[in-house]
Amino acid sequence: MSNAVEVQGLVKTYNKGEIKALKGLDLVVPQGKVLGVLGPNGAGKTTAVSILSTLLIPDAGQGVVAGYDLLKEPNKVRENIGLSGQFAAVDEILTGFENLHMFGRLYGMSNSEATARANELLAMFNLTDAGNRPAKGYSGGMRRRLDVAGALVARPQVIFLDEPTTGLDPQSRLGLWKTIRQLVADGASLLLTTQYLEEADHLADSIVVIDHGEEIAAGTADELKTQLGGDRVELTLTPGQSIEDAKSALAQFASGEIQVNEEDAQLLFPVDGGTTTLTRVLNELESKNIETIDAGLRRPTLDDVFLSLTGHTAEGDLIEKEEAADETEVV
Amino acid sequence: MSMLTDTAVVAKRNVIKIKRVPEVLVFVLLSPIMFVLLFAFIFGGAIDVPGSNYKEFLIAGIFAQTVMFGATFTGVGIAEDMQKGIISRFRSLPMHPSAVLAGRTGSDVIYNILSLLIMSLTGLLVGWSIHSSVPQAVLGYVLLLLFAYAFSWVMAYIALIVPSVEVINNASFMVIFPLTFIANTFVPLETLPGPLQVFAEWNPISAITQATRELFGNLPPGAQVPDAWSLQNPILYSLIWIVIIFVIFAPLAVLRYKKLGRK
Repeated sequence: MSNAVEVQGLVKTYNKGEIKALKGLDLVVPQGKVLGVLGPNGAGKTTAVSILSTLLIPDAGQGVVAGYDLLKEPNKVRENIGLSGQFAAVDEILTGFENLHMFGRLYGMSNSEATARANELLAMFNLTDAGNRPAKGYSGGMRRRLDVAGALVARPQVIFLDEPTTGLDPQSRLGLWKTIRQLVADGASLLLTTQYLEEADHLADSIVVIDHGEEIAAGTADELKTQLGGDRVELTLTPGQSIEDAKSALAQFASGEIQVNEEDAQLLFPVDGGTTTLTRVLNELESKNIETIDAGLRRPTLDDVFLSLTGHTAEGDLIEKEEAADETEVV
Repeated sequence: MSMLTDTAVVAKRNVIKIKRVPEVLVFVLLSPIMFVLLFAFIFGGAIDVPGSNYKEFLIAGIFAQTVMFGATFTGVGIAEDMQKGIISRFRSLPMHPSAVLAGRTGSDVIYNILSLLIMSLTGLLVGWSIHSSVPQAVLGYVLLLLFAYAFSWVMAYIALIVPSVEVINNASFMVIFPLTFIANTFVPLETLPGPLQVFAEWNPISAITQATRELFGNLPPGAQVPDAWSLQNPILYSLIWIVIIFVIFAPLAVLRYKKLGRK
């Protein structure tokens, strides 16, 4: 079976070529699978989704979405995709029902079909009670649910969700994850962008990490973590304990650099040998009278992956992003 | 078919918006009242119109100016929808490419119908009235609405190029104020100095105003009409402008809409 999304060599520049948002990106979403596109703010995620959903025309590159050529048959693509993202909003003056009904009509449904579908989606997203209120008064979580519901009106084969949970509280996020998993179980193919590594880890079958408009890594979450080596030991020292002492005592166990967080008195380092090593680490600390309030073994998270790939965390910090923008402009 | 349905769906959404955000409507309806009253009572005594009374003379001018300003709402509406991502949402749907603009310009006619209604009532209160037949009066209103409709496509085009509410508001003031003042809207043409008088004679706003005065029977019997062809045949001249503006700006705006993805 062909891929739901298959694009090659996407290039997009803004400001007459000064800002290179995408520098030749390839993306593939196999039928019925979830691709997570992971990257910090400004990495080019939204530009990529805009191109895939026909809102932007790339400077170069080509591809097929839902079986149709992205550049030659954009209206056919539009009939078969659903899009949810902050750049393509629901109308906050309209009620939840009116938004979904309007989208249905614009997908070519009859009045009664659109009404039935709107009510069905409101129920599915737990919005029935709020369905007759203007979306303006919705909470962040409700609005995101309405947004995602809007992407599903035409029962699309291919769904694009651009940062669906950004700004949501943890509970709303979990609820939305559940809904997304259900969609995939029902057979949809999905491309999801996110800044949250946890989210990609939970939802995506495969992950592409992008930064500055380029792919910097790809694979399953497990593959990405394996690239980074084995488990890590994470320790929090009792207040007052010398971090330096602990660091020198632990050097023999670490298979890589020991990261220190002075403020929280935390140490983090990769180890070989799993729990056996953890026991030896704790014994060593006890023999040196160094007390800990917390100690544990954990597998590397995508956060670690991201840090080692890009040199900054996924959330990024503003200064780094601005530097990145400058670099891109010079190129 | 899909073009008509899509346009109707978009227009319906805009009408819902008019109901939900009544503040806009209040402004739409209050400013014409204010204009009628200000001009009638402040300038009414100062401006002398030979053979007529100023209030009779004035109303058609106010109508023309107000429906011109009504087109600003089209620009503002589209700029807002661009900024809020509503246009992007529409563009991600398999819609007819002209439906968003046709729906917007179509639904904005409602603003102009309402403001013409309110202004007519205010006009009646200050002593203006229609002295012609019903079909003629209807034709007068239709001409005003058609002109406003054509002009709203100009504002739609501008809004797609510069999607900023502030810019649209300022730009429309810069254009609409001179256009509606260098005309026969508020003063008789003979009072204008030479070059301005020529401009005013051929200004489509003058023609619309002149045509409306004729159709409402607001010209005093035997009133002198300037020699310019545009004012001798104001209805025809107005219709020519309406067609020209529409034929140029509607396709331009739709083309621009289709090319939004190339930014």
